[in-house]
Amino acid sequence: MLSFIARRVGLLIPTFFGITLLTFALIRLIPGDPVEVMMGERRVDPEMHAQAMERLGLNKPLYAQYFDYIGQLAHGNLGESLRTRTSVWSEFLNLFPATLELSIAALLFAGVLGLLAGVIAALKRGSLFDHGVMGISLAGYSMPIFWWGLILIMFFSVSLGWTPVSGRIDLLYDIEPRTGFMLIDTLYSDDPGAWLDALKHLILPAIVLGTIPLAVIARMTRSSMLEVLREDYIRTARAKGLSPVRVVFVHGLRNALIPVLTVFGLQVGTLLAGAVLTETIFSWPGIGKWLIEAIGARDYPVVQNGILLIACLVILVNFVVDILYGLANPRIRHQR
Amino acid sequence: MALLDINNLSVRFGDKNAVPVVDGLSLTVERGEVLAIVGESGSGKSVTMMALMGLVDAPGIITADSMQFDGNDMLRLGRRQRRKVVGKDLAMVFQDPMTALNPSYTVGFQIEEVLRAHLGLTGKAARQRALELLRKVEIPAPESRLDAYPHQLSGGMSQRVAIAMAIAGEPKLLIADEPTTALDVTIQAQIMELLLSLQKEQNMTLILITHDLAVVAETARRVCVMYAGQAVELGQVPQLFDEPAHPYSEALLAAIPEHSQGAARLATLPGMVPGRYDRPHGCLLSPRCPYAQANCREQRPALDPKRQSLARCFYPLNQEVA
Repeated sequence: MLSFIARRVGLLIPTFFGITLLTFALIRLIPGDPVEVMMGERRVDPEMHAQAMERLGLNKPLYAQYFDYIGQLAHGNLGESLRTRTSVWSEFLNLFPATLELSIAALLFAGVLGLLAGVIAALKRGSLFDHGVMGISLAGYSMPIFWWGLILIMFFSVSLGWTPVSGRIDLLYDIEPRTGFMLIDTLYSDDPGAWLDALKHLILPAIVLGTIPLAVIARMTRSSMLEVLREDYIRTARAKGLSPVRVVFVHGLRNALIPVLTVFGLQVGTLLAGAVLTETIFSWPGIGKWLIEAIGARDYPVVQNGILLIACLVILVNFVVDILYGLANPRIRHQR
Repeated sequence: MALLDINNLSVRFGDKNAVPVVDGLSLTVERGEVLAIVGESGSGKSVTMMALMGLVDAPGIITADSMQFDGNDMLRLGRRQRRKVVGKDLAMVFQDPMTALNPSYTVGFQIEEVLRAHLGLTGKAARQRALELLRKVEIPAPESRLDAYPHQLSGGMSQRVAIAMAIAGEPKLLIADEPTTALDVTIQAQIMELLLSLQKEQNMTLILITHDLAVVAETARRVCVMYAGQAVELGQVPQLFDEPAHPYSEALLAAIPEHSQGAARLATLPGMVPGRYDRPHGCLLSPRCPYAQANCREQRPALDPKRQSLARCFYPLNQEVA
């Protein structure tokens, strides 16, 4: 297990450099620079422009800028935003809980519903339910997120008025940030309506963000479950006189979960990509919206380090999933 | 009363008119006896026992006049009621031990599960009993095996664990479905010995499904020979080997390699087991039978209990002319 972890960590180093190089290059490939964007529509005085660029260190050759950047990272310094002059790290910490809350809600939605739908579809293979779930999940997987979000807003928020259109909580409530999780912070609030309001704000974005993972998990669970249900040990479990629920969930799902878990880990990357779109549609004040705005402003440090932080997160989650995979599958755990 | 009394059992897959996989099988097994069911692959041996265990799934259709086990008609028992019998009084050991155990759980967990479900044992008591069971199936160092996962065990060891699981509820009837087929020859004898000693010790009834006639000769007292879903002969062990009444039994015995010593080729029966499209109108063996007469091709013989030896044949072999 230890050497397994060491090998995984060793792989991280080239990945890390790859990410820094990519974000560094990509943001500079977009026409325009931070100074130009800040100056706006007005003609930029070339001299002032040059001065500003020099102050930001953006007049140096690209390789020098890159080495500056890496040097900075080596000191654990993520730099500060060109717009707000606050450190990227503190901005990230500030906004990340919102994204995390949204992502957890989306994954819960996708995981619980996906597993359930997948298991039932497998048990009732070939039934109307099976075909229905598989059809819907294919549609869900193929749906553009932004379009799906807008449709839901139009239907549930605009026509029916059930849920708010955007944001995390109504402006009426003044919530003191303690954990950054609105559903927890509102519990400390004196107003009992605040929690419900926060929940209402969370539902639609969570559904939108969870749709693709839901579809993937449902399909994966179904096929994995179908395979497992044919195994001899399922017959053994039934021959023991165990209840069908125990046979399906304890003996079946436990084994079927192993491949689903891998997919689940891979979905975290997709999820954060989806969060960028979802947060923009729902004006959700998380890191997705933050990054979009930073790209618009050519806020180089925010874009570079924001993406780097997200990438580290995805790597971390996959790392955890790999370990969980080992825990779920004793045949891997005992390997050298 | 007999422990097991199956009456006219048929199993079909698909619809009611499909060709039966098990065709009108009747079988009585007394308490404490060892019965062997022999026949080639696809003759319906396993399916018969799976039907009894309630392990035949849709699209399988089971019909029978009755399927009495220990005073219960398994056919008419509710699911919940049946689960109380299956795994406890009625247990089964399967063919391939390497796939019959759940790879995600320890040996101890899988044995204790039976103890919890049927005997209400939990915690320390269950673990203690699981340990005793591992000792009973002669697993060396049982304490360390309780926490082992199936992939850490050899095939023979796994089969011993599967047997421990099956006898955990102290079954009245143990069905062993080709329990040694997937094992090495040296292990085969050990497993058979274990099954027989457990059978004697607990005065358990044992049904042994096999196609190994040598095993039958050594272990069973009574044999049921199956062909194409029908029981074609029921006989006592030495007699059936010495004087088979049914031509198919005779052919099976002739196919034992030792019986063909000196011959250039192994004796075989020409042709194939009839399938779904070439099922004969008359006796199912008639297209392959060297003794077949005209009426064999027209009518199907019944298994007539009034005859001296039970064979489904119009012209049984080795019969003394009365």
